[in-house]
Amino acid sequence: MKRALAVLCFAASLSAADMCVECHSVLDGNLQAPAKAFSNDIHSRFGFSCADCHGGDRTASDPEQSMSRAKGFVGKIPRTAIPERCGHCHSDAVFMQKYKPRQRVDQLTQYRTSVHGKRLAAGDTAVATCIDCHSVHDIRETKDPLSPVHPLRLPETCARCHADAGHMAKYKLPTDQFAGYRKSVHWEALAQRGDLSAPSCASCHGNHGAQPPDVASVAAVCGTCHVMMEDLYKGSPHAPVFASMGAAGCVVCHGNHEIKRPGIGMLAGPNAVCSQCHDSDSAGGKAAAEMARQIGSLDKAIQKSDQVLAVAQQSGMEVSEALLRQREAKEALVKAAVAVHAFQPAAVQKPVQEGLAITAETFHAGASALDERRFRRVGLGVSLTAILITMLGLWLTIRTIESRKHDAETG
Amino acid sequence: MEQARRSLLRWLLGGGFTASIISFLYPAFRFMSPPEVSEASVDEVSAGKIQDLRANQGKIVKFGNLPVLLIRTSAGEWRAFSAVCTHLNCTVQYRESSSQIWCACHNGLYNLNGQVVSGPPPRPLDEYAVHIRGDEVVISRRA
Amino acid sequence: MTEPGKTFAWFEERLGIASMRKFLAHKTVPVHAGTAWYYFGGITLFLFVIQVLTGTLLLLYYRPSPGEAYESVQFIMTRVQFGWLVRSIHSWSANLMILSAFIHMFSVVFLRAFRRPRELTWLSGIALLGLALGFGFSGYLLPWNTVSYFATKVGTDMAAAVPGVGHHIARFLRGGNDVGGATLTRFFGFHVAVLPGVTTLLLLVHLALVQKHGMSAPQWAEQEYVRKHVPLPQMPFFPNFFLRELMAWYAALGVLGSLAALFPWELGIKADPFAPAPAGIRPEWYFLAPFYTLKLIPSHVWLFEGELVGLFGFGLLALWWVALPFWALDRKGIERTRWVTGAGVLLLAYLATFSALGYWK
Repeated sequence: MKRALAVLCFAASLSAADMCVECHSVLDGNLQAPAKAFSNDIHSRFGFSCADCHGGDRTASDPEQSMSRAKGFVGKIPRTAIPERCGHCHSDAVFMQKYKPRQRVDQLTQYRTSVHGKRLAAGDTAVATCIDCHSVHDIRETKDPLSPVHPLRLPETCARCHADAGHMAKYKLPTDQFAGYRKSVHWEALAQRGDLSAPSCASCHGNHGAQPPDVASVAAVCGTCHVMMEDLYKGSPHAPVFASMGAAGCVVCHGNHEIKRPGIGMLAGPNAVCSQCHDSDSAGGKAAAEMARQIGSLDKAIQKSDQVLAVAQQSGMEVSEALLRQREAKEALVKAAVAVHAFQPAAVQKPVQEGLAITAETFHAGASALDERRFRRVGLGVSLTAILITMLGLWLTIRTIESRKHDAETG
Repeated sequence: MEQARRSLLRWLLGGGFTASIISFLYPAFRFMSPPEVSEASVDEVSAGKIQDLRANQGKIVKFGNLPVLLIRTSAGEWRAFSAVCTHLNCTVQYRESSSQIWCACHNGLYNLNGQVVSGPPPRPLDEYAVHIRGDEVVISRRA
Repeated sequence: MTEPGKTFAWFEERLGIASMRKFLAHKTVPVHAGTAWYYFGGITLFLFVIQVLTGTLLLLYYRPSPGEAYESVQFIMTRVQFGWLVRSIHSWSANLMILSAFIHMFSVVFLRAFRRPRELTWLSGIALLGLALGFGFSGYLLPWNTVSYFATKVGTDMAAAVPGVGHHIARFLRGGNDVGGATLTRFFGFHVAVLPGVTTLLLLVHLALVQKHGMSAPQWAEQEYVRKHVPLPQMPFFPNFFLRELMAWYAALGVLGSLAALFPWELGIKADPFAPAPAGIRPEWYFLAPFYTLKLIPSHVWLFEGELVGLFGFGLLALWWVALPFWALDRKGIERTRWVTGAGVLLLAYLATFSALGYWK
């Protein structure tokens, strides 16, 4: 058997560059799978071979040569040794310069600071190592949609462990993050709108040095995109209070994973967040109610204009300018929602007033369009009446003429 | 009796005919008289006077139905871009402190060529042509 | 002499229209079961006059260049007093006129009004139908929106498929290799100058021929009265038929006004030659039947390109239809009744079915 293999491999070696792949592709099952997958691996594209990770001699066709311990062959790499093995190349700046000059070389360093890295170092092989996220033997670039760490696939990759109750039981960590994230606006942006800039797990937790953000740094993390909100929050009464309470900034009201689209319901009503701390007759409670009232009034005004413009448009009236002006009204509403983060009704009032001025304009445009529509129909009625009277007159004239003629003919 | 009927008929026909002719001619004559705004808007918009903007300043101008950002750079050049952010359609603004175009919604940044510098926007901003006529700044679509 | 009498005598001395007056006073219209169809020629003419009037009004504001056409139509629809009315009437009346022309043509076939000596009336009428379609095609581009731009593209592509001269025809129509500003200028010239001029001349010929030969009555109507030994009843054109025709014209006005007020014609989106064609581009309804037929024909039929086969087929069909008066009678002068009726029914069925299919698919 070994001889047959040797002959086979020798035959292949005459034209092969990587004997590992050549020989293993003609085996079956688990021995064949890595060789088959390797053609998709970015390392293979750069000319690397199995032997570069597993050791051994890639040029030898004789298994005893190619997989000899003397030549450094280690076989299956133990999980605790994986990060170092990858890091052997990926942390070597000079080495990486030859292949990808701009790629980072601090992944291993970062990994060691993470919970995964620390636990692995302590001997826990159930935590994530490089190959658990990046896959193994068919490692693709992050920007490749088939890569498990492509932005669209990253959440489900993390969820493989973090949503598995059995797996996470011994760490006493919750496993509802993925389920919650899937209901969030960020997932909606990512998966449904294809907005690759939308945040997923790594955006807030980091990737190699994965850690949940400190309570103190939550606002900064959210603020990398939501700049205005962070600025306002930092200057608001909530910031020092939350800091002293050890409360996690934005997360207190918005949650961390299941971040839903915010609305007036957060300020007032049965599910309001404000009322969880503030009594309704307290200064805070009153401020929340006032802000909710302001935003609600603008929202209603926008809807009223939208309705009248829709009716006008459906009956064929020209309202394209007003419809586009509504855009600005909706922007004012967004600005008002942003202004909430100052937690002062006066800050919210300014954009609301601007928005109400615009909706007054667009409503007037819509109402004028409907007036014009009425005018046209009345005008139509008037001219139709004149037309019908004329037609009646014509018909009667015809009848008169013909009855007279008939009388004349029949005597 | 016959006479009365005939004259009623004459009134009906004549009156109806006259009324219908008026209902046709009235709109025709109103149509022919020029409206208040006597010109259709063309592919260009006046954006004010040169003096309205100093160097390193920007302002939003209405072009047809969409906003356009007019910028006078520190070097004194005039640039104009669509002010609709290519991420989620918020209106962008000019940031004097960094001489860049910024979108407040999700922190998108564009440079003075309209290209994306950082943040979520997927595409650059469409550029418009700016011409100076005397002391008037005119924005038009790029050919 | 009464005042009207004096004025009339003044004109009579200079214009000499008394003979025309006498002729019109004696003009009659046959009365039979198919008399109602006689109105459609007049309705088509009336709608054409409406087109000329509304078109002239639109000319006061329309601008035929790609940078201004759409905006000028938008201006008419939103800023000009009753602009929406004039423009909507023009667009609706265009469609109604073509519909009326088709009804007129089919009623002529089914009532055999093309019979000798009216062959030239038939030929001039077919030419007028072609001109009406030309008006429709050229006018459709003028608002310069996406639908009109791509419909013109598709239409001129079809012209380009004619073997040999197709490329030149298409270039002539488009004013260049592609549909663009040159096409718009050219189509505007066709629509407001060339076509109206030719149409007016042909209309005069068509109407003169109709007056010369009088209104034709179908043979079955004539034979019915021959059996009864009574001449076919006639109605004086003035005032009886004319008053009725006025009623029909007023009804048409009422329909037009209602359509314009209740379903104003849309502006659409401004044409962008660089944008890809939206899905489901199709020409106006009167071109749907040939359009859909061409879509159905496979790309190759035996040795020939499918489009070529289609166009050849349409050419043959058109030739056969135009020559109707000439093959409607056999050698002995007896009418090939079943052929003619069959031809009319088949063509009508084909046009109706394929137009409907073209609309819904």
